[in-house]
Amino acid sequence: MSTKAISGRRGGLLKNMTDTNLLTSITVAVFVVMYVCAVAFLQEGFLKPQTLFNLLNANAALIILACGMTLVMITGGIDISVGGVTALVSMSCAVLLDKQGGDVVGAIFLAVGIGLAFGLVQGFLVAYLEIQPFIVTLAGMFFARGMTTIVNKDPFNVANEGFVALKETRLIIPLLGSVNKKGIYVDAYIEIGVVVALLIVALLFIMLKWTKTGRNFYAVGGNRQSALMLGINVKRTTFFSYVICGLLAGIGGFVYFMHVGSGSPSHATGAEMNAIASSIIGGTMLTGGVGNIIGTLFGTMSLALIQTIVSSVGLDQAWWTGITIAAMLCIFLVVQSVIISRRKKRNNSSQEAEATEGENKNAADRKKE
Amino acid sequence: MTKKLDPHGGGSAITGIFRNQIFIPFAALMLLAIFNLIADPSFFAITMNNNSAGYPVLSGQLITIIDNGSELAILAIGMTLVTASSRGQDISVGAAIAISGSVLLRVLCGTDTRPETMQAPIIVGFIVAAIAAMAFGAFNGVLVAYFRIQPMVATLILFTAGRSIAAWINNNELPIVPGEEFKYFGGYIPGIPVPTPFLIAILCFILTWLMLKFTNIGLYSQSVGINEKTSRLNGLNPELIKLTTYVILGLCVAVTGLIKVSRLSTINYSVIAKDIEMDAILAVALGGNSLSGGKFNMAASILGAYVIQFLTTTLYKFDVQATALPAYKAVVVIVLVVLSAPVVREKTARLAKKLRSSKTPAENHA
Repeated sequence: MSTKAISGRRGGLLKNMTDTNLLTSITVAVFVVMYVCAVAFLQEGFLKPQTLFNLLNANAALIILACGMTLVMITGGIDISVGGVTALVSMSCAVLLDKQGGDVVGAIFLAVGIGLAFGLVQGFLVAYLEIQPFIVTLAGMFFARGMTTIVNKDPFNVANEGFVALKETRLIIPLLGSVNKKGIYVDAYIEIGVVVALLIVALLFIMLKWTKTGRNFYAVGGNRQSALMLGINVKRTTFFSYVICGLLAGIGGFVYFMHVGSGSPSHATGAEMNAIASSIIGGTMLTGGVGNIIGTLFGTMSLALIQTIVSSVGLDQAWWTGITIAAMLCIFLVVQSVIISRRKKRNNSSQEAEATEGENKNAADRKKE
Repeated sequence: MTKKLDPHGGGSAITGIFRNQIFIPFAALMLLAIFNLIADPSFFAITMNNNSAGYPVLSGQLITIIDNGSELAILAIGMTLVTASSRGQDISVGAAIAISGSVLLRVLCGTDTRPETMQAPIIVGFIVAAIAAMAFGAFNGVLVAYFRIQPMVATLILFTAGRSIAAWINNNELPIVPGEEFKYFGGYIPGIPVPTPFLIAILCFILTWLMLKFTNIGLYSQSVGINEKTSRLNGLNPELIKLTTYVILGLCVAVTGLIKVSRLSTINYSVIAKDIEMDAILAVALGGNSLSGGKFNMAASILGAYVIQFLTTTLYKFDVQATALPAYKAVVVIVLVVLSAPVVREKTARLAKKLRSSKTPAENHA
């Protein structure tokens, strides 16, 4: 009985939420529930704040990539070149630092430049030449992967002093450290990449929520025709989303490079699919118009958390990770699709009811006349 | 619609060829052929050699193309149908090939990874593998048709899990199929100099042609892809049709899996049919088919698959590393896609018109 009442009340609350907020809150709730369960059943590790920070450290690059992906997906497109760009950026920076004698600032510029170049070209092809985004970015991915091996075909570690110093920099978080087995207090830390990632999340959140450009993304993704009628420059908005995504792929590539400290053609394999999965789990819909950066952040974290949980439960055979992620994706997709279609039906029926009511009124008015 | 897009206008035989969809892959094929002819005419040489088993077989670059391109062509059949009906692509075919190959090995080898003899006839193994592949196809199809998830996202699930499932089926071991007969499917049947994959592909083409000719699946899937609502109003069942196309793709996957596994007599879960989904989608796009569904041209897709293999073989011939191959492929693809983009076509047509009209007054002036 009581559950019925609760669900009824929740139904009322859900009704007033936009699709974006609804899907985001589901993701956040799932992440929290998963973490609480992990703490409850697998206490030792998950109670330490450092476990959470390690999740962030290892996935800072993926968060940045997924943010770019979310932007493109909100406008109704897709960019599967981000993983390739990440690999190309790490390899190019590694070669620049180790073999060409470049410095870290140069490497950062190189990374951003590569990302921007991919964004500009792909954005132009998709927005102005109206080629399907899947094909354009597929070619972009092929190109980036191929170029990576052309730049250097063997993996190697970077020994550049300035870079290693940057890579080893740890930002200590006060008061959240823990005492290890030997009884020594260990500080909790995050890497620089995490700061970059969180900064980008914050910036994009503000942009999507409160700036005109940000709202245009939703308008274009929701309905191109209506956006055009409203006077939004649809082509420029689409172009802009790909440019930002490319730029973020470049930055994400450098953050990834800072985390691994090496260049290799096999870096970031499947990162594009992980980024897409993170966005979807975070409540972004590939049809466009629905999505939220905070959701993406939690989507990435949920993905990382489930991997950690699976390996700490003892299912450490290689295939379990793939299967659990896929199962999670499957559940999220089905839940999303069911929720959205139910809401649509309800909206339609309420609209129809209103329409018929209106018609009846009109008919009544006419009768009166 | 095509008339509007046609930059040449008029209705003569030549413009008719240009307007035909198969022109795009055909032009690409011709370009590649001419390029090879100029660079090295020996590319087209076909010779009779004895293979390792001692049978005379045809060999040469062209044979390599029709041999290796066949798997892609078979996949392109299913992919074209799926694209037409569901307005999206299945990106899980590579992973599904790994699964069906793994099932096939499991049935043929039993629990022993190094059996002395095959534990089951090949046909039984193939049927079980085909059922498995079709079941996974149906899984994708249900997600797409009934849950209305976008095809690329729905198939992302199997894409992520597929290779893991394939490894799990055989407990991450790599069984080796004993016996020579199993190698026939990916190699040569004694006495027949043509590679078997090509023969299998031809068989598939004929079956597809019959299917399109004598059933309504082609018409129905186009109709669903063009307008789902109208199709429903006309009495079609769009969900069922979408599901059917995914199951057909599953069958194509099983055939491809058989060829792929037969080539090696074993399997490598993480490498088998890697990136083949991208090539299969490219084949459909190269065939001039819209990736957002609707009308399709099956022959153009199949030709597109062979063009991609032609390109791959050409690049290999110029000592391009296997890992660097994608970069060149990407450039070619972008050039092709840009040239065939409606916006570009319109603009070039307008430019040509302008040139023509500006030429006449200039001539007058002179």
